[in-house]
Amino acid sequence: MAATDQTEVLRFNDVSLHFDETPALDHVSFAMNAGETRVVFGAAGSGKTMMLKTAVGLQKPDSGRVRLFGEDVTDLKESALYPIRSKVGILFQEGGLFDSLTIAENVAYPLLNQQARRNGDGPMSMEQVDTKVLQTLNFVELGKTLDKFPSELSGGMRRRVGIARAVVTEPPLVLYDSPTAGLDPITANLIIHLLIKERDSRNTAAILVTHRYQDGHLMANFRYNPDSGQIEPAVADGVKTKFFVMNEGRLVFEGSETELRASNDVYVRKFVKY
Amino acid sequence: MLDFLKPWIETFQEYLYLAARAFRNIFRSPHYADDIFLQMDVIGVGSLPIVILIGFFSGIIMGLQMGRALTTYGAQGQIGQIVSISLVREFGPVLTALLVAGRNASGIASELGSMKVTEQIDAMRALGTDPIQKLVTPRLIAMMFVLPLLTIVADFIGLFGGALIAVGLLNMTWSEYWSTAWRALIYQDLAQGLIKPFLFAIIISLVGCLYGMRTTGGTQGVGLSTTKAVVTSSIWIFVITSFIDPLFFT
Repeated sequence: MAATDQTEVLRFNDVSLHFDETPALDHVSFAMNAGETRVVFGAAGSGKTMMLKTAVGLQKPDSGRVRLFGEDVTDLKESALYPIRSKVGILFQEGGLFDSLTIAENVAYPLLNQQARRNGDGPMSMEQVDTKVLQTLNFVELGKTLDKFPSELSGGMRRRVGIARAVVTEPPLVLYDSPTAGLDPITANLIIHLLIKERDSRNTAAILVTHRYQDGHLMANFRYNPDSGQIEPAVADGVKTKFFVMNEGRLVFEGSETELRASNDVYVRKFVKY
Repeated sequence: MLDFLKPWIETFQEYLYLAARAFRNIFRSPHYADDIFLQMDVIGVGSLPIVILIGFFSGIIMGLQMGRALTTYGAQGQIGQIVSISLVREFGPVLTALLVAGRNASGIASELGSMKVTEQIDAMRALGTDPIQKLVTPRLIAMMFVLPLLTIVADFIGLFGGALIAVGLLNMTWSEYWSTAWRALIYQDLAQGLIKPFLFAIIISLVGCLYGMRTTGGTQGVGLSTTKAVVTSSIWIFVITSFIDPLFFT
């Protein structure tokens, strides 16, 4: 039990959240360990985004407990949450890029913010911050957009900048809220490739909220080969990647891709498409 | 009745909570000095042209209307006194605050509202920044600093507009006008004329921030928040002034 606790990054214990009478989360329970991936399917309004926001304390649950990196964050004050949140990268559904800052400033923001909280006594100099920003933007293949503003980029490019900002501090857990929504298939696949590359090069735990079955399928069955620099079919996964399906705030399915495809539930089957 | 009052009470409660946190942050790190100076520029320098324009014409209008009434009684020599007292005590602070509310409460609400609906405020929280510290407190400090200054500018420009009427139409000399205008003012008038913009600044900045930060419902919600911010801050400007005036009545 102690060994599990050491590697556990996130746990929901019977978490419920309501807006007026509408349930956003309805007695949701699950746990995930370091290096694992969760792919979350669900119709619009089924509580996927609220689950991510509750995980990092952006939304307080009405009941139940949330543990992040072994710490109960359910009732923590906002200021106490900041150091814990710095261990989580988040890509928001709407991007959440600061439109008054350049791309470089957006990506540098989490690094500088962590420095500021340490009263400027952080481990990185400004030159190192700039280098890290460029390195991370190169990772998402946007190294030439440093001085541009978010409004000057396409939707897919903004998502990639969002990914860069989410992973620049190398957090052990990254939450991706609909990273491929509204994008063409080529850009969507590029983004999933980036997520796989990010996950496998640093063994990051990730929760991916998506409507596309292909996204989950790729996450579960492909891996990044650092030697070739390519994405290739994984020999065996299944254990590290689990699928969730949410409906009206409830977690109605939890299991592997094989179990998902074998499900007879009418609602669950709607998300299994090729 | 309670159902009708509930949203108003909740909003007021939220306002007090936001105000408490914004004021507390003034004394807590980190301080975003760049944002404070940026907001001073946006609010202060940006509002200066319209404040000068409206101050000037309100002085002229006041000079014309008061001059006409005073001439009836042969008391046109009192024009400087009336213009200065009215402007410094009441019209300067209130007109400036209404202009700044129209220009900046709306600007603040729409800017923060857009940030809210595009999840920039959530992103800020997720990245470890207190949005009240970063967005609200700098606007509050900047507004508390520049609104009294803008009011002083509006008062002087208004007095100058009144002087043009006094000299041009009522046959007074410059020195007669400025001497009566200056001597008419007592410390209480100056105190009243400076306390009001300070309080109005708190109302305008925090109302704009409150409605911006509780925006929901996309671009339509941003528009609604902007309207509510201007209407609410304008109403509170009159409510506050009607509470302060009796304190200085004697």
